[in-house]
Amino acid sequence: MSTVSDAAYQAPGLVYETEHHHDHFSPQKSYMGFWIFMMSDLIIFGLFFATYGTMLGKPSIAGGPGPKEAFELSGAAWETVALLLSTFTFGLASLAMKYDMGKQKILTWMGVTLFLGLCFLGLELREFVTMFHEGHVPQRSGFLSAFFGLVPLHGLHVTSGSIWLIIMMIRIATGPIDELTKSRVARLALFWHFLDLIWVGIFSIVYLGGLA
Amino acid sequence: MNSDHTSALFGRMDLESLDFLKVFLHPFDTNLLILSGAAWVVILGGIFVVAVMTYMKWWKPLFLDWLISVDHKKIGVMYIVLAFIMLLRGVIEGVVMRAQQADGLHGGFLSADHYAQLFSTHGTIMIFFMLMPFLTGLMNVAVPLQIGARDVSFPMLNSVSLGLTIGGAVLVMVSLVLGEFTTGGWTAYPPYTGSAFQPGVGPDYWIWSVTLSGIGATLTGMNFVVTIYKERAPGMTFFRMPMFTWTALCTAILMVFAMPPLTVASAMLLLDRYADFHFFTNDLGGNMMNYANLFWLFGHPEVYILVLPAFGVFSEVTATFSGKRLYGYGSLVVATMAIAVLSFTVWLHHFFTMGQDSNVNAAFGIATMLIGIPTGVKIYDWMATMYRGRVRFTVAMLWTINFMVLFVLGGLSGIILANPSIDFQTHNTLFLVAHFHNVLIPGVFFGMMAGYNYWFPKLFGFRLNDFWGYVSVWGWTIGFMLVFFPLYVVGLEGMTRRTVSYTDPAYLPWMLLSGLGAIIVTIGLIGIVMQLYVSIRDKEKTLDIGGDPWDARTLEWATPSPVPAYNFPVIPHIHAREAFAVAKEAGAGYQQPTKYTDIHLPGNTWMGVVMMVFGTGFAFAMIWYMWWLAILCLAIVVVSFVGRAIRGDRHPHIVKAADIEREHNAWLEKVRTITPVNREQELKQANLGVAAPEYMEAAQ
Repeated sequence: MSTVSDAAYQAPGLVYETEHHHDHFSPQKSYMGFWIFMMSDLIIFGLFFATYGTMLGKPSIAGGPGPKEAFELSGAAWETVALLLSTFTFGLASLAMKYDMGKQKILTWMGVTLFLGLCFLGLELREFVTMFHEGHVPQRSGFLSAFFGLVPLHGLHVTSGSIWLIIMMIRIATGPIDELTKSRVARLALFWHFLDLIWVGIFSIVYLGGLA
Repeated sequence: MNSDHTSALFGRMDLESLDFLKVFLHPFDTNLLILSGAAWVVILGGIFVVAVMTYMKWWKPLFLDWLISVDHKKIGVMYIVLAFIMLLRGVIEGVVMRAQQADGLHGGFLSADHYAQLFSTHGTIMIFFMLMPFLTGLMNVAVPLQIGARDVSFPMLNSVSLGLTIGGAVLVMVSLVLGEFTTGGWTAYPPYTGSAFQPGVGPDYWIWSVTLSGIGATLTGMNFVVTIYKERAPGMTFFRMPMFTWTALCTAILMVFAMPPLTVASAMLLLDRYADFHFFTNDLGGNMMNYANLFWLFGHPEVYILVLPAFGVFSEVTATFSGKRLYGYGSLVVATMAIAVLSFTVWLHHFFTMGQDSNVNAAFGIATMLIGIPTGVKIYDWMATMYRGRVRFTVAMLWTINFMVLFVLGGLSGIILANPSIDFQTHNTLFLVAHFHNVLIPGVFFGMMAGYNYWFPKLFGFRLNDFWGYVSVWGWTIGFMLVFFPLYVVGLEGMTRRTVSYTDPAYLPWMLLSGLGAIIVTIGLIGIVMQLYVSIRDKEKTLDIGGDPWDARTLEWATPSPVPAYNFPVIPHIHAREAFAVAKEAGAGYQQPTKYTDIHLPGNTWMGVVMMVFGTGFAFAMIWYMWWLAILCLAIVVVSFVGRAIRGDRHPHIVKAADIEREHNAWLEKVRTITPVNREQELKQANLGVAAPEYMEAAQ
């Protein structure tokens, strides 16, 4: 299509030139669609963050526990370690796929990623259970509502990412690694790193900011 | 309805929830008579439709040719059919409200609660289930054709979006029969919509119907952004795209970024109602201002989601029916983009009076007024397009011209309201109601109707009837003015919105005038229905075979009417803006491609139907606390989608090159034998869709 400007002189308006068009699967569209989806999802997270920000004041805490009473750093720190490590191991899986290092290697790194993702979810769940036991429930105050709106939303995303990871592992284990599979794993990787980024925000603002 | 009683099977549904029984329990109560009557209309209407469908044996085609189709044109048509069905209900509700207020001095025939349900459903329906499906339908119909594409980028997703939108609409309809709708208005402000004030199912109907359709709209937005970026034909650069495609692009971008705030607001309200969270409650640290901000972060861009595609239609229609190139293309593109960006900077003007600093109000007031500038540019561009053109007053053009006059008035009252100090006097009055109807009806609805009249022959191969078209235009135009201009007056006199009755007799004459207008709007509505009926009955008299009945300018008119499933036999290469007009001028409007290739089309899919049925089922079960049904429906949806993801599209459809060649040649042969008509004969039977090169010099 480099000749558009020249062709403008030859052809009036439109012309049916012969050119072979492939209507086959095009990863470009899917990547773009997925980036757009993440932008939209980011707005959702952004608004939950903003709501949380407005709910840090005294009126919203409503005499209940504030960040210092409700959170403890060590649990969140270990969650961070698990999730950051998992994003690294997903990177290794992506590399294994890119350089055709074989199914075994790809599946291993994806498995490690899944394990770390589940560790993260387990730790998060334990944290919530502890908070519930101490009476720090979302029904207690606007502040805790905002916390339980934001953080479990991220956890829900990680859960769906893990399910997607399992589906892709089954697909890789049972079928060929074709263009479609590769592009799907690439999109899943984007998603996983995206969730990591969100968590960095949550850890910095909710936990470090709250406990500082 | 009480929420303390729930059964495992039926959740909180009981005999009292069945609206259609109420007429037998209380036969002499007018209010309940109307309530039950509406339920019966839905039930009998449903039975009637089912009977007709069965008698005509239309079930199979409905599913196999339409609902599971991924063809963007069919999906577009289904959106528009949905919009018309919901339009009927929305207008009837509006007329009932006008009748109530005409009768409303010291009383009226409706209870306050019922009236509140009416304005809540009216607003919700008109925004989410009439205008949104209508514009999404037009985008589906026109955009892929205008950019020379085979389909949208994600055809299955498109079908799923449709399923979600229909699901939301079904919930609103069901609320007439089972339980009640919210009384909290279409904006559903908490804490009034929280469980402390409305424990029943009403607000839950609202939450779930807007959530379903909101997610559908988000997905549509993503689909169209990618489509317009990635599917354009070779040579179709951004600055050669037709204006409607530009506005569709801006609307799609707005959908991607502005629908999430609605999802967030309704999700938080849902948590408040279902799990006793305190996002927006009065007690324990809730803050309803967060809701106001979140909702209008969606709500204001939403206004431009609605109006931009209408602006796109007006651009196409004025250029076509003036026989001239669109004036000021570049400025129209810039204006569209400017409106899209500015639309995110003004949300606060929806609550000037809710407690912020006057400096903040001033900033948002100025931002609001700024939007008037690009909008004004557009109006001047359309007028300049008409200037010295040979304007034909077709139905589509009349909708457009009436828009231009009335929309300017609506815009001016908007500038008045944008001034915070004036807004303090007029907020929450009928002045505001008059203003937003004045922009939404002439601005958006007239645009949708213009697009419907304009593109109809492209899809179905015959033009719409003119006589009933004119009846609909003038019914709506005159009726609109009579209904809403009096509201400006009583609004300035201090009559508040959303009031079932009033005590000041000074309002009465205006309310009667407004009620008279409602009758004329009804005539306009009948005009729309009759137009469709008569057009189908007499379609032999308005056939469009050549595909270009309006001597139009953009790519979609270079195809046969009705358009084949694959749109273009060979993807055209574009060498000019308004490519088809330029090609026709050079005598090359209908070319014979030298070589054809096989075309791969995506296979039909049941995913949209699954989403429609079980997505709606899930939402319905959540509304009524039927937890088992919710889990079942959700499981079916999830399993279906995971299955589809694993198995992929198993029935892709390949159209053979030879078949395409044969079909296309047959059409070209028809085009050669049809006598081209000049514009004097545009509305005559002789217009078979091939335009004579009449005043092509204007295209220069």
